[in-house]
Amino acid sequence: MAPAASILSIEDLSIAYDRDKYAVKNVTATVRKNAITAIMGPSGCGKTTLLRAINRMHELYPNISTEGKIKLYGDNIYEMPTIELRRKIGMVFQRPNPFPTMSIYENVIAGYKLNGIHLKRSERDEIVETTLRDVTLWDEVKNALHKKGTFLSGGQQQRLCVARALAFKPEIILLDEPTSALDPVSTAKIEDLLVELKQHYTIILVTHNMSQAARISDNSMFMYLGELIEYEDTKTMFTNPKDPRTEGYLTGKFG
Amino acid sequence: MNSDKITKYILFGASLLILVVAGGMLYSLVEGSLPSFRVFGWKFLVSPEWNPTQGDQHFGALAFIAGTLFTSIFALLVAIPLAFSTSLIVAEYFRKTWFANVVSTCVDLLAGIPSVIFGLWGFYALRPFIVSIGLSHQGFGIFTAGLVLAIMIVPYATSLSNSIIMMVPNELKEAAYSLGATRLEVIWNVILPNARSGITASYILAFGRALGETMAVTMLIGNANILPKGLFSTGNTMASVIANEFGEASGVHLSSLIEIGLLLFVITAIINATGKYIIKKFA
Amino acid sequence: MDSSILQKRKAMIATTHFGVRSFKSRLFFSIVLLFALITISIVFLIIGTLVVKGYHQINWSFFTQVAPDTFDAMMANASGKIIPGGILNGITGTLLLVGLASVIAIPFGIVIGIYLYENATKRYAGVIRDISDVLQGVPSIVVGLIVYLWVVVDITKGYSVLAGSVALAIMMLPLIIRSTEESMKMVPTTLKEAAIALGTPYYKVILRVLIPSSFSGLITGVLLAVSRVLGETAPLLLTTLGNSSVNWNLAKPVSAVPLLIWQFYNDPNMVNLIWSSSLFLMGFVLLLNILSKWIAAKKSIQ
Repeated sequence: MAPAASILSIEDLSIAYDRDKYAVKNVTATVRKNAITAIMGPSGCGKTTLLRAINRMHELYPNISTEGKIKLYGDNIYEMPTIELRRKIGMVFQRPNPFPTMSIYENVIAGYKLNGIHLKRSERDEIVETTLRDVTLWDEVKNALHKKGTFLSGGQQQRLCVARALAFKPEIILLDEPTSALDPVSTAKIEDLLVELKQHYTIILVTHNMSQAARISDNSMFMYLGELIEYEDTKTMFTNPKDPRTEGYLTGKFG
Repeated sequence: MNSDKITKYILFGASLLILVVAGGMLYSLVEGSLPSFRVFGWKFLVSPEWNPTQGDQHFGALAFIAGTLFTSIFALLVAIPLAFSTSLIVAEYFRKTWFANVVSTCVDLLAGIPSVIFGLWGFYALRPFIVSIGLSHQGFGIFTAGLVLAIMIVPYATSLSNSIIMMVPNELKEAAYSLGATRLEVIWNVILPNARSGITASYILAFGRALGETMAVTMLIGNANILPKGLFSTGNTMASVIANEFGEASGVHLSSLIEIGLLLFVITAIINATGKYIIKKFA
Repeated sequence: MDSSILQKRKAMIATTHFGVRSFKSRLFFSIVLLFALITISIVFLIIGTLVVKGYHQINWSFFTQVAPDTFDAMMANASGKIIPGGILNGITGTLLLVGLASVIAIPFGIVIGIYLYENATKRYAGVIRDISDVLQGVPSIVVGLIVYLWVVVDITKGYSVLAGSVALAIMMLPLIIRSTEESMKMVPTTLKEAAIALGTPYYKVILRVLIPSSFSGLITGVLLAVSRVLGETAPLLLTTLGNSSVNWNLAKPVSAVPLLIWQFYNDPNMVNLIWSSSLFLMGFVLLLNILSKWIAAKKSIQ
């Protein structure tokens, strides 16, 4: 771990539903800048809740209570307006969800529209082109920019969703099992893209696909029953897990 | 012939009843309107004069067409904010909570209240209130009738909108939140564009209801056979003039009332068909 | 990307007014909540008015005596007593009208509903469904007008129970058709296919499989249709007119609770009876509504 280049620090974070059912218990961790951090664990282990807590999307669930802090460059995100926080920390979801009423073009700049930011035509064009190039979608859609995003294939839709998150120039991108609904070829494209993107962004990725974590992540967290069991350099974790539960999960004994 | 075939013929035969009823309605209304149409022709639609006095009879429906449209449009304009707010509370803000349950049960109750009781409430509770705040002398007229009508059509406007708003995928809302949108911005930019046609259709259907409402409107509109001059003017609607004058009408007078019924039938059928078409096509 | 553009863009995003936007969002919520509360408070206002003004007239004679004439009512008012008599003629009339309407509408409605379900993809069935939807939207006063022309003028040669029932039946029919089709759709097709595979005759498939397995849905639909026409006044004005005594003759005029309310409303001496009659009618309608909801809820749990 290289704490020198950390961007985000999670400090004793606990999240409970209905007051006493803890989804995340006393998690403390620092996330490295310009790296891919994978969060793994069996379903129901709290990995998605932890991910959503990083841009406070978990607050959309009813009856949720949060203790502890998450600091972005030292500022507690729970004291920031959510609007500002989510501008800095973007998110890509499990299933591709481009806005069906908007064109591909409008989807890319949806963040600006939603936030009421008016752009000049040239600025819009520029953002759409560079962002779509960043996600390697430009050549595929440049002649169909004003068609609905829902006509694209699943993999293309998901890259469009990554573009929608990137257009806002966030510091961190959160991805919640972004390839679980995709075929292997589309999955490989997204994985290549993420490796490419980490030069400019910090990426946190929830995945239940262990080989995906092994292929692309720099660091890995293993969660079990809401607790952060192990947080290591990915290579170390996969070759030499410290905790028997991590080893059990990685060797396929449960999950 | 085997029993399966007979069963099929019985089912099919019953379905003919719908054609007979609908066709018969149109036929009887047209036939009943003919005496009036022979006397007044198309002028019936544009003449505002309605005079049933024997010897000096003249009938034109414009006053009632105007009264119906005026009252119903006003009712719709009042109903939309109420219905839209109720839908948002039930299907978005308090979705699947006890409070949403209470609100939607109340709206169901509202749909169950008979028209004549709405009329009584409007007459004995709302009308005096309108007089007391000085909006109108007697309290009768387009305004009072329209307000009660607005409340009556809220259930029709909400029942469909609720389920349409409920159907907007959560993933889309989350995507918008993750881009920093506020709840209002999510409603405006995600929920509304996705639910727009369904919501429009439900308001069109509610408008169709308003056009044909009889008792409550008859009790509150003032029953003056004149072109309404403004929101606080008295007037009469197509439905209420039929209810008021049918008992003592005969001859051309009766035929003119039937012609108004035909007009109302055609207008509501068009409005309803439009609403259903939008639902089928887009929702 | 050029870093100066990036800087510019970040600056631009930073200037969106977080405070103003979340304030607007909360303001909008407050307005929405206010409007919704206004809507539901009207329900309580109306029901409250009926209960407060109507309960003290409801007694034994309210259910056992016919409506008083205006002279008796005037005398009672003058001496400060409660108005004698009740709404027996209205209650019996309503039961007769709605009962006969149900006898007409329920079998036809269910059979047509089954036809639409069984032939869902046929073009003709689509037309029938559309016409049925249009019928549902026909204003009740127009239905009254038509039944006047059909029954009052041509068949019973005068206002009658039959005419009123036909009018109510026409209004119930599309509701029952729709609810029948919808509840049939809930029946698993495997159930039907299993019966057909056993060589069961078609009519037995309908009577033994389709109808029993969608029974609670059918009942819910019928109850809702009944509660919808129970309070109808306008079509009855044109078809049954009213009657000051109890009548069981289908060819003669009859009263109904909503007709009595209308009559009391138009007679200044009877005003006090309006509220109790309305309370009774409202209670009856709500009871049916609750009953149908209860059946529907029970079904969905099973």
